[in-house]
Amino acid sequence: MIEFHLDSDSGVSPYMQLVRQVKHALRLDLLREGEQLPTVKDVVAQLAINPNTVLKAYRELEHEGLVAPRPGLGTFVTRTLAGNSLAAHGPLRKDLERWLAKARLAGMDDESIEALFMTTFRSAGQEEIA
Amino acid sequence: MTVALEAQGLGKKYGKRWALSDCTLDIPAGRVVGLVGPNGAGKTTLLNLAVGQIQPSAGSIRVLGGRPAEGPAQLAKVGYVAQDTPTYAALSVADHLKLGARLNPSWDDALARKRIERLRLDPGHKAGKLSGGQRAQLALTLGIAKRPELLILDEPVAALDPLARREFLQGLMEAAVEHSLGVVLSSHLVSDLERTCDYLIVIVESRVRVAGDVDDLLASHHRLTGPRRDPSTLPADQHIVSESHTDRQSTLIVRTDAPIHDPAWTVGQVGLEDLVLAYMSAEQARPTLEAVR
Amino acid sequence: MIWLTLRQFRVQGAVVFGGLAVLAAALLITGPGLADDYNEGIAACGSPDNCSRFYRNFFIDHQYYFGGLLAVVVFLPGIIGVFWGAPLITRELEHGTHRLVWNQSITRNRWLAAKVGLVGLAAVLATGLAVVAVDWWSDPLDETALNQTETTSAARISPIVFVARGIAPLGYAAFAFALGVTVGVIVRRTLPAMTITLVVFIAVQILMPMFVRPHLVSPVSRTIEITADNHGDLMLDQSSGTPRLRVEVDAARGAWTITDETVNASGNKVSEIVLPKSGNPCEPGPPDPNGEPPKGPPQACFDYIKQQGFRQKVVYHPADHFWPLQRAETGLFAVLALGLTGLCFYWTRRRLS
Repeated sequence: MIEFHLDSDSGVSPYMQLVRQVKHALRLDLLREGEQLPTVKDVVAQLAINPNTVLKAYRELEHEGLVAPRPGLGTFVTRTLAGNSLAAHGPLRKDLERWLAKARLAGMDDESIEALFMTTFRSAGQEEIA
Repeated sequence: MTVALEAQGLGKKYGKRWALSDCTLDIPAGRVVGLVGPNGAGKTTLLNLAVGQIQPSAGSIRVLGGRPAEGPAQLAKVGYVAQDTPTYAALSVADHLKLGARLNPSWDDALARKRIERLRLDPGHKAGKLSGGQRAQLALTLGIAKRPELLILDEPVAALDPLARREFLQGLMEAAVEHSLGVVLSSHLVSDLERTCDYLIVIVESRVRVAGDVDDLLASHHRLTGPRRDPSTLPADQHIVSESHTDRQSTLIVRTDAPIHDPAWTVGQVGLEDLVLAYMSAEQARPTLEAVR
Repeated sequence: MIWLTLRQFRVQGAVVFGGLAVLAAALLITGPGLADDYNEGIAACGSPDNCSRFYRNFFIDHQYYFGGLLAVVVFLPGIIGVFWGAPLITRELEHGTHRLVWNQSITRNRWLAAKVGLVGLAAVLATGLAVVAVDWWSDPLDETALNQTETTSAARISPIVFVARGIAPLGYAAFAFALGVTVGVIVRRTLPAMTITLVVFIAVQILMPMFVRPHLVSPVSRTIEITADNHGDLMLDQSSGTPRLRVEVDAARGAWTITDETVNASGNKVSEIVLPKSGNPCEPGPPDPNGEPPKGPPQACFDYIKQQGFRQKVVYHPADHFWPLQRAETGLFAVLALGLTGLCFYWTRRRLS
């Protein structure tokens, strides 16, 4: 089971943070099919947040087909996001590490690397949409 | 949908001063409602009217369909944790539970005992010797174990340190889920309410400035930044909440349900805290507007 | 609500009832001895003169106890009003606990009714206990006071003793308590409420016998001759050359005299009787053979007064007005207490928050 946390300075709404944390866990295979999400009451008691926030996050996940409620029992994971891509993680990570080493050699500091990565990531995303 | 609290032109006057005026609200049931405003804005007055502690000078208010404090049945439906969470200093924790049991037909004794045990409060301890956080928790226990449909809390965490604040809100939210309890809580700090509320009321200088579902409010408010311009040239459906101007740039917070197409503006999201602050500072912003014209 | 009221009242109740228990025990132990002394004295005194002396000495021997017990019953209602009545609601208001208790499933009216009803009942009960114990113990002394003229001011109908006997103290207790609660509800702060209650209650205790009680039951009004048998204090003033006599009479045994004035032949009030300069008939006689001064003026004095047409007008409540007066006064305070309680309920419902 996963444990949620909230970052109040992130600017991301609490419900979206919960959704992202579940997806993140699914992608990294930390949460597997058939496993249970914490109950609404547990999340609320742990984070001191509005129950509707948790319900909304769970509904969103349900809507995306990632989880399903079982009445009286709780909410369970129905699909994983790791899937086939999990196998590709290793080589991709190696590529990235090599790329990072090159960037450092070129004299870039951490912030410049991050900026470059993010702009490339975004423009690539926009080209795809276009 | 049933209504938790309904106010029509509600007002309360103390001497010549209106502590609350022209308040019209329609709060749906089963929500966690945050009531925010600076100290002395009229939050306590509104809450006291809702529990029948005081009578309105104008207008009307109904809570869960009934007149506040009309009779034992109405009193049983609405719980109240008053400001500074008063308890009887000379009575022990156990005495307080006994008091709750004797005075409330719907009292849930098992719940009360479980809570006290979990909070590690000694039942023999006099309430006057409890810490602020413990006293607040005791008052909350009384409010929850009464098993109301709506629990109203007036600045319950204002006097608490961050840890006690967190623990208090955890207990409150847990009870809200467990007993499908409607909650109205006030605070002069948005940060206390940001995570807990799904409905927000901002009250400033005895008037309700804005009230609504938190998601709706966040969706309908935008921060517009762009070259300096006269705000009166904005489209009619864009209601200006606050504005600030430098020599070259204008920053506005507007409320609108329609999308903003004007390419001159950079449109940004407004967080809950900024949104509330925009309404609170709206009064001070008005003179600036005059200066611009 | 009953439980909570008693729980909150525990300490104050224990103090007063504890004190009363100690007092009652002391009275129970000493009472029979006092009654025995009295009965033995009466049986042994024989001649009226001796008995009169016994009465006087018996009373004087015990007058401090008599006065002290009187004070207990006279002050108890005030103490109850100040320490039970005034803080009853103000303590809740000062600590904000009214906002806790008013939001339990109980109406403000029922909350107030329980508090006022229970503690009010305790107030009347405590006073009742004190009166029963003190009245019982003081019975021989009351009897003494009634049976001889020199202690008329201690008769049970006299202003001070009256409020410590019979049922009147119950009325005072109810009134003082209701006064305390109501002042508290209006003033909202404990200390000022206690002070105001005390001042008002004492004022009522003083003004009542002066202006109200005499008229609760029609007093007896008579104009009588001044005789050697009925005269009270006589004051002969010879300082200005012309002797003047100021006269008082004892209207009736154990009575409470309200008016006692001399009127002349035409029925007009005079402050004193002017006597002839020479041959003053009221000149006291010489001491008797034992060297004791004479008991009163010579018979010639009374003859002169009668001949000149001077008579004494007295208005008084005879001893048998005691119970009618008690009932009327208790009833009056009961009504006042109810009125105050009504105001208190109104104020709590409408004006408190």
